Amino acid sequence: MRALAAGKRGLFLATNDVINLTAAERDPTFVDRLAPTNQHIKRCIQCGTCTASCPASDAMDILPRQMWRMVQLGLVDEVLHSKTMWLCSLCYQCQVRCPRGIPLTETITQLKQIAMKQGAVASHQSEAFYRAFADVMRRYGRNREMEFMVRYFLQGNPLTAFKFARMGAVMMMRGKVHPELPVDREGRSLDKLFERVAELEAEQ
Amino acid sequence: MKYLFYPGCSMDTSALEYKRSTVAVLETLGAEVEELSDWTCCGASAASVVSDLLGHVLPARNLALAEQTGEDLAVIAGCSACYTNFRRTQEAVSEDPALLEQINRALEVEELTYRGKAQVRHLMDVLANDFSPREVASHVRRPLTDVVVAPYYGCQTVRPFSPYDDDQAPTSMLPILEALGATIHRHNREASCCGTSLLMTKQEVGVSMVAEILDGCEEADCLVTICPMCQLNVEGYQDKVSKVLERQVNVPVLFLPQLMALAFGLPDDVLMFERHIVSVKPVLSRLEQAAPVAAG
Repeated sequence: MRALAAGKRGLFLATNDVINLTAAERDPTFVDRLAPTNQHIKRCIQCGTCTASCPASDAMDILPRQMWRMVQLGLVDEVLHSKTMWLCSLCYQCQVRCPRGIPLTETITQLKQIAMKQGAVASHQSEAFYRAFADVMRRYGRNREMEFMVRYFLQGNPLTAFKFARMGAVMMMRGKVHPELPVDREGRSLDKLFERVAELEAEQ
Repeated sequence: MKYLFYPGCSMDTSALEYKRSTVAVLETLGAEVEELSDWTCCGASAASVVSDLLGHVLPARNLALAEQTGEDLAVIAGCSACYTNFRRTQEAVSEDPALLEQINRALEVEELTYRGKAQVRHLMDVLANDFSPREVASHVRRPLTDVVVAPYYGCQTVRPFSPYDDDQAPTSMLPILEALGATIHRHNREASCCGTSLLMTKQEVGVSMVAEILDGCEEADCLVTICPMCQLNVEGYQDKVSKVLERQVNVPVLFLPQLMALAFGLPDDVLMFERHIVSVKPVLSRLEQAAPVAAG
């Protein structure tokens, strides 16, 4: 049952749960915190093209259309607790098909940012993935695949490594990846640039 | 014709065969290719999740390097995620001069300035539009007769930035594949997403996305892609896809420039077929059957 209705009393979800809008804590500033795409989200007419276009919607606890309504209604906790944003693979299908021209994929990135900054990431593996990637990028300026994978496994659930054991072994055999030890930061390290970006963001 | 080439992290490491064949094919077609010196990561999908500014500064650093060459050459990206990140930053600064100013305040530490001028193009665009099918055909030494090829563009190759093709039903590869003499297998997942990082973070979801793509390609001898992420995901998880589809799936996934290099008769150190996770042998034996003498 994938019905959604935001009436006086409640918001109906795919899970058949109903959010009581009178009792729910709502943050009216939520939409505005999604700058620079915030104004667009207000234009959503709940047509559902995003959900129909999403290749990962089957795995979502809250469907894309429902999530956008929840954003409009300021249901921050519900949105941040959902795994929906972390299932987005950035395929841009919802964004290019949206009849209201809303930059939906871009707004999902804004949602992820808020979750990361608030330390409220509903997917431990996704957070580990992004943090590990950013660490390697900062350290070497380029991705070092083996080191990235090791950092990702250590920051996330180390047992995840088993899911990649066979593929990793084949890739090493074929010379696609090479075992590499962490090395001293090379001349290409982006440390200074990362620091500068953090300073500039703190100013704002 | 001269281009600046931004390989990006994947093409420089796990997808080295893509980089090798891209450069060789462009040179065979008469183009000059210069790798962007001192390039760094475009930020992938991670930088913009950390911060807006970081998500723009990392692509801008590379575009500033391109502008610094003073040659006004188009920058080619062969990775669709790199391409999207570059275009995204380009577009953002064109609408927001204050953002450009912020980016440049950050780039000061690298002694670089981004002007928002560098032209960025996807390799798909360059291969499809800068060389005519006739030119491509003129270099074919070993026509891919009887090789059934399923084109697979993936998502970010055409979305959201595809001034050169349709973002729902792209056709850029078709004239090239025809020029190579291949038999084309059309399917309805040509511009679907390969799952990107979901294969790392939510593997079951990613595998089912790859399964949908491969499900429509049963009759193909190989898939052909133009993005390193697509190639790795569609090739690398076929053991898990086989379980989902309840049949043995074992389809080689080649990069378009590799397929072109094969038809052009370029040597093994360009093709680097030994690096594939799924063996390319069925494609090669199909060629042998078609034209045993022309081999080598």
